Amino acid sequence: MSEAAQELTVSVWRGDARAGAFQGFRVPRFDSQTVLDVVSWIQQNADPTLTYRFACRVGMCGSCAMMVNGVPRWTCRTHVSKVVEAGALTVAPLRNLPVIKDLAADMDPFFEKWAGSVHEPSASRDDEIAEIRPDDPKRAAASSAIECINCAVCHAACDTVAGNPDYLGPAALTRAWTLFNDTRHGGDVLEVVSGAGGCHNCHSMASCTANCPNELDPMSAIAGLKRATVRRVFRRD
Amino acid sequence: MINRPLFIIQRLSALVMVPLVFGHLALMIYAVQGGLSVDEILGRTQGSWFWFCYYGVFVLAASVHGAIGLRTICGEWLGLRRGLDMLTWLVAASLTCLGLWAVVAVT
Ligand code: SF4
Ligand code: SF4
Ligand code: FES
Repeated sequence: MSEAAQELTVSVWRGDARAGAFQGFRVPRFDSQTVLDVVSWIQQNADPTLTYRFACRVGMCGSCAMMVNGVPRWTCRTHVSKVVEAGALTVAPLRNLPVIKDLAADMDPFFEKWAGSVHEPSASRDDEIAEIRPDDPKRAAASSAIECINCAVCHAACDTVAGNPDYLGPAALTRAWTLFNDTRHGGDVLEVVSGAGGCHNCHSMASCTANCPNELDPMSAIAGLKRATVRRVFRRD
Repeated sequence: MINRPLFIIQRLSALVMVPLVFGHLALMIYAVQGGLSVDEILGRTQGSWFWFCYYGVFVLAASVHGAIGLRTICGEWLGLRRGLDMLTWLVAASLTCLGLWAVVAVT
């Protein structure tokens, strides 16, 4: 490896909700280095005041998502070699969310949108457990959000969220689609997603699906919601 | 910005417009063959209930479809929030008036 290739030029966004700017760092290159490794190296060796968020480091918790060279990614599972452009990386807080400080975005607006998509039990512990066949089509459709780690990568990738902050966004709507297909859910999720910020605002451009690190498909889940909400109007079911 | 009723109205108006657009295109190609004069066109359209209904429905569908589309564009690109309903009605009403004016003029 040449001398230049052994070092990365990293621009890291520093600041808070009011103002900020990119700050440059030079970070040594390691084998199998992830973007989270780079950020951690800066915090441990160059500037201990750098604020960022992570927990599991293995793609389970969904807390480490950031914009890497302009694209939302889970940084703990993103290898530098996959995203580096001419020896340089730009790391910024997730798009479409307010910034708390440096690389830590405020997740409150993201999770507030899940409020309508909370499980409401249709039975109590005294009732018999509903039987759900694993090969039932509704059960298969419900899988769409079960693997979601709430990382907000899709939320950051969605241009409709950017243009319309009231839009519930791909993650909350995928969750709603799972609840709709969950026979044990007692709430009426279709009405929740039919309002002014609901599923009908989606333009089906699939940035969510293209960027979801877990290879989930929010766009198709939202298309399912659109069909179900319209079917209800015409069939009254 | 777009709720379920608006979504349904926009899809239905698109559904209505698809055959009308193709009919209109075919008609254009057919009508201009061998030259075109105002008298020729008006001679066929004036007093015709069929063409009045054809283009009347076309105008109505295009007006609501365009109004809802512009509503989304103004909301997402210009950040307009309040006044969106008024804008939608205004655009729909103006397009309908202009369109029906033209339809009445040629039929
Ligand atoms: S498909 Fe819908 S939810 Fe996904 S990025 Fe596009 S507008 Fe957003
Ligand atoms: S759907 Fe995918 S990108 Fe969106 S929050 Fe869930 S895991 Fe993350
Ligand atoms: S640190 Fe948990 S998903 Fe990246």
